[in-house]
Amino acid sequence: MKISREEVLKIAELAHLGLSPEEVDTYRGQLEGILNYIDKLKKIDISNVEPMAQVLHPGAASGAEGDHPELRDDTPRPCDIANAVLAAAPDAEKPFFRVPKVITR
Amino acid sequence: MSAATPWTVASVRAALLAKKISARELATEFYGRIERHNPELNAFLTLSPERAYAQADRIDASVARGENLPPLAGVPMAIKDVISTRGVRTTCASKILENYLPAYDATAVERLERAGAVLLGKTNCDEFAMGGSNENSAYGPVHNPVALDRVPGGSSGGSAAAVAAGLAVAALGTDTGGSIRQPCSFCGIPGLMPTYGRVSRYGLVAFASSLDKIGPLAGNVADAAMIMSVIAGHDENDSTSAAVDVPDYSSETQRPIQGLRIGVPEDYFAEGIDPEVKEKVQSGIALLERLGCKRIPLHMPHTDFATAVYYVLATAEASSNLARYDGVRYGLRVPGSTLTEMYRNTRERGFGAEVKRRIMLGTYVLSSGYYDAYYLRAQSVRTLIARDFTDGFKKADVIVTPTAPTAAFRLGEKTADPLQMYLADIYTVTGSLAGVPGISVPCGKNKAGLPIGMQIFGPHFAEGRVLQVARAFEESRSSES
Repeated sequence: MKISREEVLKIAELAHLGLSPEEVDTYRGQLEGILNYIDKLKKIDISNVEPMAQVLHPGAASGAEGDHPELRDDTPRPCDIANAVLAAAPDAEKPFFRVPKVITR
Repeated sequence: MSAATPWTVASVRAALLAKKISARELATEFYGRIERHNPELNAFLTLSPERAYAQADRIDASVARGENLPPLAGVPMAIKDVISTRGVRTTCASKILENYLPAYDATAVERLERAGAVLLGKTNCDEFAMGGSNENSAYGPVHNPVALDRVPGGSSGGSAAAVAAGLAVAALGTDTGGSIRQPCSFCGIPGLMPTYGRVSRYGLVAFASSLDKIGPLAGNVADAAMIMSVIAGHDENDSTSAAVDVPDYSSETQRPIQGLRIGVPEDYFAEGIDPEVKEKVQSGIALLERLGCKRIPLHMPHTDFATAVYYVLATAEASSNLARYDGVRYGLRVPGSTLTEMYRNTRERGFGAEVKRRIMLGTYVLSSGYYDAYYLRAQSVRTLIARDFTDGFKKADVIVTPTAPTAAFRLGEKTADPLQMYLADIYTVTGSLAGVPGISVPCGKNKAGLPIGMQIFGPHFAEGRVLQVARAFEESRSSES
């Protein structure tokens, strides 16, 4: 598996991650090394194996089938932290977060 | 670090009830220790004395009124800095959250405080819990209190170092691929990764949501059990927290271990293990046999693939979870002329090298054209690794392995090659992927005097049994030495 500089730049763009030219070179080599190691997974026959999609052990929901004791009713509850949340924002004007203009006329 | 007998949950309680010390005096004593030793350890990033003393005063008032004390009354504890604490800076050891003040407490934190614990402050770790040496912290590495030129392990290195050095009686850490167990092994204390879903993740800053667990690091197994009884259990704010009753871990931990079947997988003693680690863990298993346990040889054929699976799944989940750090709602913002440029600039400046590496890897394995080959394949092999454990627990009550292939390595020794650092996670990531509980318990020291940890896995929700074996082992070891 070979990774090109262009692929690294494409991945960085997908991840909204700015990288310096030196970082692009470093990550190109390191990703190549790590992905080559990960390629060992190709040695395993997975044709009859279900991918694990649910980690929570089946015993975790001890109710009857279709019953989910781990879930609460979907009813609104008071949430009084809005002011604290906005106070922690880098640029807020109550009740909004302010960002650079995205729509031009 | 302190010659005196270390404080425990039980000794704090006894001293408070006998009025030998007040909770405020105890907190003052611990802040004094932190002031003296933190400069060389760098275990704490933020202290919360206002909150700690307010809680200590409530406990002291309770003692004065002769009320029943809650289970962790007055116990000075530390919290890993990826766990939210209302109004107390929570950085995740990242520059991107340098000044972040959470608006709410994590459920585990709220439960500890309700149980009387005095929260001293927030402990250093690898940035966003990504690492096995604590060298990825944006605020400098933690030093191992056993040998200051060595790493404390990671990612919960600050929590492990703080407890091992007597700067806190116990601590909360988080474990995604070994981040509680491995630093406990390196620092010589017990630490438990609970079953996935056993402890609420509400308020835990997400790294890899299908793997993240909060758990205790303590000076002894009984204390870890006490803390588990407080923090475990369903939480309506976390739909992945299990609706399974919480046993009294302290009494489960007292049960005798005679007759238990100890599964020993040969795959964990193959190439790559340090001979001294192998010898100490084998002697640990022999001690369990002398205590009346039966040794069962096991083969867990997919062990060797666990690290590859882990680094696909954990980075994939991380790349998604860390998308939220975009400079809009919290944390650092680096301006840009467009919204996209602002995101890019903020993330370039705010994240450290390891976090960027994992975001890149995770984005790659999820990207169009590679999803089936990497992510989906890794999910399938994860099923096989979980099956190794299910099969093992048909023959054995617990599975015993080394926690890490080596004792604590030197600071800077492994930073040049990220893959070599990842490969050191081999014995811990297996159980993480399977979602089963595991503890690391000290099993001796190598010739250089560095601690070695033995790992005990149990079936899902069998934390009580894991703690029971660990406690019996700890007790016999201290009476033999």
